[in-house]
Amino acid sequence: MTAGLLRALAAAARDAAHDGATRDAAHDGTTRDAAHDAAAPAPPAAAPVRDCVCGAPVLADRDDGTVVRHGDLVAKAHASDTDRPQLAARLAVAAHPALEGILLPPLPAPRTELHGRPLTYWPHGTPVDPEHPELAPWEAAGDLLARLHRTPAEALPTPLPPMRGPAKAARALSRMRAAGAHPAADAVERAWATLPPWARAEAPLTHAATLCHGDLHLGQLVHHEGRWLLIDIDDLGAGDPAWDLARPAAWYAAGLLPPEDWSRFLGAYRAGGGPAVPADGDPWPALDIPAKALTVQTAALAVAKAVREGRALDEVEEAVVQSCDRIAALPAELS
Amino acid sequence: MQCPKCHAPMHTYNRNGVQIEQCSGCRGIFLDYGELEALTRLESQWSQQVPPPAPAPGAYPPPAAAPAWGAPQHGGHHGHHGHHRNKSFGRMLFSS
Repeated sequence: MTAGLLRALAAAARDAAHDGATRDAAHDGTTRDAAHDAAAPAPPAAAPVRDCVCGAPVLADRDDGTVVRHGDLVAKAHASDTDRPQLAARLAVAAHPALEGILLPPLPAPRTELHGRPLTYWPHGTPVDPEHPELAPWEAAGDLLARLHRTPAEALPTPLPPMRGPAKAARALSRMRAAGAHPAADAVERAWATLPPWARAEAPLTHAATLCHGDLHLGQLVHHEGRWLLIDIDDLGAGDPAWDLARPAAWYAAGLLPPEDWSRFLGAYRAGGGPAVPADGDPWPALDIPAKALTVQTAALAVAKAVREGRALDEVEEAVVQSCDRIAALPAELS
Repeated sequence: MQCPKCHAPMHTYNRNGVQIEQCSGCRGIFLDYGELEALTRLESQWSQQVPPPAPAPGAYPPPAAAPAWGAPQHGGHHGHHGHHRNKSFGRMLFSS
């Protein structure tokens, strides 16, 4: 990430945070007014404040998304190769009343491009504390996904783009191959080879699809106005809803996620009437392929990172590679 | 190798470190010398590992079923992870 983009993004966030039109559109405009009035009188929209006490912490800085906060506002520069019409469709879904209380809605965008990257604006929400993952709201995550997946297609504003989960899994494999040789890569490749074409983004999904998040992990939940909401719409779209349960499922299957956390998440999803798994009985026939795909994706990214950093896999990364080994060892006839 | 019964090609699989040949035609399974004993040994190790049943009622809900490829150590080993392991898994919980 260039320092130039970060500076420009911080400036865009600052301008939007101090722009009356955007501020009034925010749900929590009152709070922000008070915060900023203490530092400087609210400026006219055409003359953004250049000095304030808000600060502009960088919340994320990756190729696929750079996020800067300014006060109660967050500006995100998406990947430069983002499909613009698909992003617009995903934004329209997040802004739609049918997703009220499920997805964090975007704020109006004073500008939509920055240094060749699409730009979106969001209210700031409090994330799960990465230092205390044991406080993760597993029930809220399960319930939010159940409600997301139950959103009727006819209630949505536009035809949905495809959920990008399988494409992200395929990209993880490409990254591992590009990073260079590693002894663990063989197990990852063999596990990948067991997956059907739809899970490898080589064929469209042929079974029933619902609205899906596409990239669920604990960083995708924020607490905003007294409730948990899902954020990050870059991968949202129509797909197999089990994909959204698959990352926790993969962690559980690798022996990393404690069974009680998995039960809380899955139990809340079922209690919320989530359609990805049957209401009773074994959920694994429905979870199996997506959970294998997320296992492979996680292992591939871990191997790529270890090669780049010239280090050995740590114990947790090894556990995911061992899952790949077991997936690859399952004969199709006996699985 | 070919199946001695239906002559279709046989494929080799590794089950818990034991090589098994399965026929692609009739699905019959061929074991090399000592492999049946190896499987029996694995089976008895597995049954010794089974924890005592009946956790106290009112505690956590029973662990949900696990997939066939799940880690073998499921069931109560967590809570003894080292600091490093917790930290590394903590990062994974928040990563795309």
